Amino acid sequence: MKKIEAIIRHIKLDDVKTALDGIGIRGMTVTDVKGAGKQKGYTEQWRGSKLTVFLNPKLELKIIVPDDMVAKVIETIAQTARTGEIGDGKIFVSGVEEAVAIRTGASGNDAL
Amino acid sequence: MGRSIRIILITATALALLFAIAGVATADDQSGGSAPVVTMDPNGSATGGASDLSPSAQGNSLTLKSLADEVGHNRVAAGIIWLMVGFALVFFMQAGFALLETGFTRAKNAVHTMGMNMVIFFIGVIGWFLVGFPLMFGGMGHLTTLGGIVNLDGMLEVAKGWGIIGTKGFAGSGIYDAGVLGFFLFQLVFMDTAATIPTGAMTERFKWSAFVIYGFFISMILYPLFGNWVWGGGWLSQLGANLGLGNGYLDFAGSTVVHAMGGFVALAGAIVLGARIGKFNKDGSPNAIPGHHIPMAVLGTLFLAFGWIGFNGASTLTGADFRLTVIIANTFLACAFGGVTAMFLMWKAFGKPDISMTCNGALAGLVAITAPCAFVAPWAACLIGLVAGALVIGGVLFVERVLKVDDPVGAVAVHGFAGLWGVSALGLFADGTYGAGDNGVTHAVTGLFYGNAGQFAAQAIGAVTVVIVALGGGYVFFKVLDMIMGIRVSSEEEIQGLDLPQMGTLAYPDFSGSAPDWVTPHPSGLGAPPGKTVPAIASISMDEGTGA
Repeated sequence: MKKIEAIIRHIKLDDVKTALDGIGIRGMTVTDVKGAGKQKGYTEQWRGSKLTVFLNPKLELKIIVPDDMVAKVIETIAQTARTGEIGDGKIFVSGVEEAVAIRTGASGNDAL
Repeated sequence: MGRSIRIILITATALALLFAIAGVATADDQSGGSAPVVTMDPNGSATGGASDLSPSAQGNSLTLKSLADEVGHNRVAAGIIWLMVGFALVFFMQAGFALLETGFTRAKNAVHTMGMNMVIFFIGVIGWFLVGFPLMFGGMGHLTTLGGIVNLDGMLEVAKGWGIIGTKGFAGSGIYDAGVLGFFLFQLVFMDTAATIPTGAMTERFKWSAFVIYGFFISMILYPLFGNWVWGGGWLSQLGANLGLGNGYLDFAGSTVVHAMGGFVALAGAIVLGARIGKFNKDGSPNAIPGHHIPMAVLGTLFLAFGWIGFNGASTLTGADFRLTVIIANTFLACAFGGVTAMFLMWKAFGKPDISMTCNGALAGLVAITAPCAFVAPWAACLIGLVAGALVIGGVLFVERVLKVDDPVGAVAVHGFAGLWGVSALGLFADGTYGAGDNGVTHAVTGLFYGNAGQFAAQAIGAVTVVIVALGGGYVFFKVLDMIMGIRVSSEEEIQGLDLPQMGTLAYPDFSGSAPDWVTPHPSGLGAPPGKTVPAIASISMDEGTGA
């Protein structure tokens, strides 16, 4: 099992979710996050003074998948979340030792 | 379920039919009778007539005297009703101030800021009843538009005709009277408007216990003092009668009595408190600390404009004075010109039509027209608003970048500077169409541009006086209070936000921006333990700017 953490734009959530649905991935955890990458922050104005906010709001998708699905999921997210502009986000993959479904008690890939 | 609804529907239909038939029957009865007896008056034209006079003026009791009494009673009714409508409208401005100030400041101080705007009202009522009203109005004589039965004849004078303080009516004694208590209520909400203005400039760092003492001070002493000199028959109002300066110092609804008083006490308070942590850099350059809820501030601005209908319109003290429509028209012309001027200037200067400054511009227009609204023509009201809209931007930047004083909501510029402009504009643009008899001077109020330099001189004297009383008196008070008990919260409390340590509760507990995440519960239940180290300011400014 692998954990895929994808940082994406808010506006791309529907597209990504629909596309993942299409390849059979339904479980995910989505979190509002703030972060910085190559994209600079944004500048606000308040009574003639400028205020630069360094961190941009993004969404983080956390998806645990069987090993054989990793490439497919990454490809799907990368394609659907892309706009071509700076700030499209990143995808990180790491290993997961164990998974347990609380209701059924199933473990491993069966728990996903 | 369906069955019971059907039964109700059938019953209702039957009842409706019954009433309809009964109505037709009654109409038939009427047409059959010989004398046209009116039993209903759908268009209202027959309602109110000789038969509605009070019993003491009917039948054999109807004399010229009883009829005149009836007319006089109704004339005072127009005064009392309009005054109570005005009281309600101005009271609602308290909500406007609460929303405006809280919207312009940060989420972590929302309970504290909103709380001050409510509690100042209650403190003010008590102070006003005990001491404030008597000091201000205890020597103003008879209230002619309100019956004038009680003679408020207690005035302390330094010389004949130079009153400085009223002395009648302490804790309600001698003013248990329908007319006077109506006036008491109306003037109460004006005082509370002045009292709540400084909380905006002093918010996000003002210690609550010091705030409570301040509330009693302004409602019992400082506001009534200057107010007596202008509205209570005191020396400024007598500049015309005693020295021939126009109609004496005039401030129709309170550009200075209420607004400049609040604005310059605000400046004094903000100076004594010092700037919020993080407002100014080491080189003195200012940082933006945006408010957390602009929609709230916009709503507050609209509430204030709504309340101003009563603030200016009801300051005629009677609905029988039809100048009130001119006054309200002038009020909204100035409001509009102030707001639009501020919007265009910000747009031109900084690239965006800054809505927070547009709010301030509209309010500055309202503050400026408050003194002259009864005495000037509509074109002058437009000009007064336009100048106020420009003045408030210059004023906000002047306070922040030249005086280096931190005024989170712009109260000093909006209420202080625009207030002074308002009384000056009265001395310039008053066109001699209104105000004959004001302050015991027979001619109508006429400004410099219409040939009466004396009026402008009186206005200048009053404007200087309010700055001395409000800024000087406020500064001494806050300085002394600061030496006795300290008026500013600790820097730990300020960085954390005043809501938890000062008030014990958060405004938005589930909103991550309302408190920094290092806040951990203390055994006392109130925020961070004393002496806990706090993060450096640099890391706080990394936040979105709305929360911490």
